[in-house]
Amino acid sequence: MIDKALGSVAEAPVPPPPPLNPPAGGGGGGRGAPPPPPATVMIGGFGEAGSPIELIHALIDQGATGLTVVNNNTGSGEVGLAALIKAGRVAKMICSYPRSMNSTVFPELYKAGKIELELVPQGTLAERIRAGGAGIPGFYTATSVGTPLAEGKESRSFDGREYVLERGLTADFALIKSERADRYGNLTFNKTARNFAPAMAMAARTTIVQTKHFVDAGELDPEVVVTPGIFVDRVVTVANPAHESALVAAGVSYPS
Amino acid sequence: MSAPPESTRVGWSREEMAQRAALDIPDGSYVNLGIGMPELIARFVPKGRELIYHTENGLLGMGPSPAEGMGDPELINAGKRQVTVVPGASFFQHPDSFAMIRGGHIDLCVLGALQVAQSGDLANWSTGEPGAIPAVGGAMDLVAGVKSIFVLTQHVTKHGDPKLVEACSYPLTGVGVVNRIYTDLAVVEVTPHGFQLVELAPGVSYEYVAERTGADLLPIAEGATK
Repeated sequence: MIDKALGSVAEAPVPPPPPLNPPAGGGGGGRGAPPPPPATVMIGGFGEAGSPIELIHALIDQGATGLTVVNNNTGSGEVGLAALIKAGRVAKMICSYPRSMNSTVFPELYKAGKIELELVPQGTLAERIRAGGAGIPGFYTATSVGTPLAEGKESRSFDGREYVLERGLTADFALIKSERADRYGNLTFNKTARNFAPAMAMAARTTIVQTKHFVDAGELDPEVVVTPGIFVDRVVTVANPAHESALVAAGVSYPS
Repeated sequence: MSAPPESTRVGWSREEMAQRAALDIPDGSYVNLGIGMPELIARFVPKGRELIYHTENGLLGMGPSPAEGMGDPELINAGKRQVTVVPGASFFQHPDSFAMIRGGHIDLCVLGALQVAQSGDLANWSTGEPGAIPAVGGAMDLVAGVKSIFVLTQHVTKHGDPKLVEACSYPLTGVGVVNRIYTDLAVVEVTPHGFQLVELAPGVSYEYVAERTGADLLPIAEGATK
């Protein structure tokens, strides 16, 4: 029986990613084995819409560090993604817009040279994630041609127009938020909270979902399922998720 | 920053600029309005025209801001402000939203600008200052993929420097992408011959605009109709 449901958010980010290609000789895990390399984590959300705050806080509690995080922004206040960055867990951000309202944590670390930034145009970021999830290692786009963000990238002309080569993007983990989920991992979303989540679910080796409503198998109409369960590994119910703007307005920091 | 009193203002106000640009948007267009002044355009669409607003974070059929306390923090626009949906709206994921943009399905985008070159190059995301946090969002995708690009901007900077220039000194957003510019002083078309004046704001002369333009400005042709 397939059941991707977990009991609590604390269980969600703990297990390390299984190696895709186990080392030759069947090694790994024994004494003297090197620690796993820092993970790449895709985090859903555009601003606060779709931000899986409870999963991000569980990741802070879990302790992983040296992370590369993919998100459109860099969080606000001192909760959610901004709290993860403030806790020193993020070595590099891949995003399109690291400046936002109430965003102070990332700018300060960036100016101090303590965090790396890979700036990617928003549509290129979305397509890199989609391509990664679809098994496509690279694609050509006209976006950024002739700008500083195309510098150093391979370019090619098609039908008289110039395009740059962009690489597909994959991750070890994706943390996303859904509105409804069942035990198969089938998902629906709330309004503009969908944004990057379906593509990230495809692009990550392990996709962890926090859902507002966990429903019985068969309750989701197959016609309205947005993310098919094959792209999802674990589902945890967070029935009353916090809203980032409300936490920021209340001056909340995580951990408090 | 406060607006100058009516009596001393030369040319169009921000609202009048938006209203002038709105006049040129055809009925039935799928439109993406940039954050800031371009958003004002939605208030001035002439009666009888139906426009569908796209916001790149995953909504076609965006409506105005919700009444106080009636919004959903997960129903927002690209500027991360709460919005509403109109009947016939749809939600979609980011890759689909930018497929609409990159794939040439959106008819028109209106953006702000730091500089526009006479060749249609646009600079609107960075002044290239050392130490500044670079942020680009969806601007490069929009100018590369949307069929028509309008720019809505003051004619000169706060310091009086021209924003319409021979060549941009700031980092580019896109090369040869701008079609029309709506400023507080004039409407200017980007043509293969450079900046072409289309219309002057009331009480503004060609010479006044030309002096404040950092490149040649072709005057309205004799006998041309507006």
